[in-house]
Amino acid sequence: MRAGKSFLILVPYLWLLALFLVPFGIVFKISLSDTALAIPPYMPTLDLSAGWAGVREFLSELDFENYVFLTEDDLYFKAYMSSLGIAIVSTLLTLMVGYPIAYGMANASERFRPMLMMLVILPFWTSFLIRVYAWMGILSNEGFLNQFLLWTGIISDPLVIMNTNTAVYIGIVYTYLPFMVLPIYATLEKLDGSLLEAAEDLGCGRIEAFWRVTVPLSRPGALAGSFLVFIPALGEFVIPSLLGGSSTLMIGKVLWEEFFSNRDWPVASAVAVVLLMILIVPIILFQRNQQAAQEADK
Amino acid sequence: MSEFEAHAPVEAPPSEDTAPIGPPAFAPWNDPDQKPLIQFRNVTKRFGDFTAIDKLTIDIYAKEFFALLGPSGCGKTTLMRMLAGFETPTEGDILLDGKNIVPVPPNKRPVNMMFQSYALFPHLTVAQNIAFGLERSNMPKDKVAARVDEMLKLVQLQKFGGRKPHQISGGQRQRVALARSLAKAPKLLLLDEPLGALDKKLRGETQFELMEIQEKTGTTFVIVTHDQEEAMTVASRIAVMDHGRMVQVDTPDRIYELPNSVYVADFIGDVNLIEGNAASHHKDGKVEIHWAEGAPPIVGTPMVPVANGTRCTFGIRPEKVHITKKLPEGKANIVRGKIVDIAYLGNISTYHVALPTGEIIKAQASNNRRIERRRFTWDDEVWLWWSETAGVVLTG
Repeated sequence: MRAGKSFLILVPYLWLLALFLVPFGIVFKISLSDTALAIPPYMPTLDLSAGWAGVREFLSELDFENYVFLTEDDLYFKAYMSSLGIAIVSTLLTLMVGYPIAYGMANASERFRPMLMMLVILPFWTSFLIRVYAWMGILSNEGFLNQFLLWTGIISDPLVIMNTNTAVYIGIVYTYLPFMVLPIYATLEKLDGSLLEAAEDLGCGRIEAFWRVTVPLSRPGALAGSFLVFIPALGEFVIPSLLGGSSTLMIGKVLWEEFFSNRDWPVASAVAVVLLMILIVPIILFQRNQQAAQEADK
Repeated sequence: MSEFEAHAPVEAPPSEDTAPIGPPAFAPWNDPDQKPLIQFRNVTKRFGDFTAIDKLTIDIYAKEFFALLGPSGCGKTTLMRMLAGFETPTEGDILLDGKNIVPVPPNKRPVNMMFQSYALFPHLTVAQNIAFGLERSNMPKDKVAARVDEMLKLVQLQKFGGRKPHQISGGQRQRVALARSLAKAPKLLLLDEPLGALDKKLRGETQFELMEIQEKTGTTFVIVTHDQEEAMTVASRIAVMDHGRMVQVDTPDRIYELPNSVYVADFIGDVNLIEGNAASHHKDGKVEIHWAEGAPPIVGTPMVPVANGTRCTFGIRPEKVHITKKLPEGKANIVRGKIVDIAYLGNISTYHVALPTGEIIKAQASNNRRIERRRFTWDDEVWLWWSETAGVVLTG
């Protein structure tokens, strides 16, 4: 019985070890290495044939100079800060768009809920890349949006949205909306309607009852959704490089350029490790929130 | 089974017995000078094709403990939700203190409700839950705190003010819900199955607590329940509902002893119902009922005058049917039968006696002897008898 239980726990830990800790160890090792014109493009590499001396030699050549380099060029600091800013703003925007959608779904009649749920999930059936390309067709200067607005006469000159931060926000909000809607919907759907009646009975108007009862009780869902949007948005690469302009500075883009344009694997790895360190804070907060929500359910 | 102990058999004819039994004589409904607190005037509520409340008119008086009793779907919950303001009548008026409250939204009514699920706010502590309504009413903060303390004291939860609802027991949650709904000192408190979630023993204790609190605060209570025992225990008057109508509105003892219809007699407690035709009348108003070929007629007391030849139902409570081994001498209604079933309930036993005509009559006897000395057992031939005033003759 006990052995069976520990085996069950062992499986996710092995999973974590194989698919997270080992790759992270490799990336971390590369971040401590130096660039080299070789395959792979860094050194030292571990030579086990030299035995113990080889390992010592290998360890002695590792250092933190790539991390020092990150602090010397303020490009990296700016990229991290700008990524944080874009991630925070787009998370708030997603929350503002997602909450009303989830609220509407939770208050729709039972018959329509499965269909509405389907509509929220439906975009996942198409490739993410294609959907982002589609937005290029909508947002560009000759795109559908500008053509429509020109046709209606609301504007006389096309709006410049493509290749700006606005386009990045639109892309992130669009892409990550389901991750926001679904957890909020889950909490709102569970909400006991008699709580709102009780609030009204005790003297609240409809709107006050919403702020005093619905909002605090859906907070775990809103937090979960926000983390699910914020964490991937922080390291986002595809959306800023396709929709953003040259002025859109995001760490995901910097990482990509270090890796593929500069072929500087050690610096790229250092960027990735620092990004992970930044992400650990919200991930831990997210875990705490999930735990608190689970305990409240008991 | 508390009604069997709480209500001694009434053997007097109903014409002499119109006042409720026992002190105190709280009966504002019999006093024409009293103004009712709540008046339903021809209230109808329809949900699509379904009529939940059907042209209902009723007065409820201040300080009453008014119970709405009936099976699920009889309209009792709809009636209560109309009082709270969550439903609007399709037709008719509801008056509170003489003013029509139909257009008043729930948050503006001097009415509070204790919900069946308690509906305690899980994100607030016990004290914050109780303070919720007070804070909405522009009460100064120190007064709110004082009132919350007072309410916690009333329901004996002084130590639990800082706990969250999920950290206290079901019985405590029930008391928090009661305290929260009483905190604003409403003119009318609505209780929707308030004890439904408690186990039987706790429910019994809580019923008396509820009555005490009602007396202490002087609030008018309207309670919805499907538990007739609960209604009998707590209520000053009971309204037995069926299909959106009130079949009978009366004090618990009169509902039990003098039901006005087969429906009420059958819904409240246990009853033997025998169908027959009214035949000759006695001088004192009693009527003979012919119920089976060759069997002597049953003599009973009609609730309303019954014409000769009318189809009617004779109803008698099992505890009013006496069971003996020997032929009883000089008694009015005597039948003979065989015991086919015994329900042993501890304090009493119910004997199911099959008559030669096929009817089964239930008779109850208290078990004042130990079980091994029991007088009757299965397949015993026994005599049943009851006095001429013990049963009621029902036509509805």
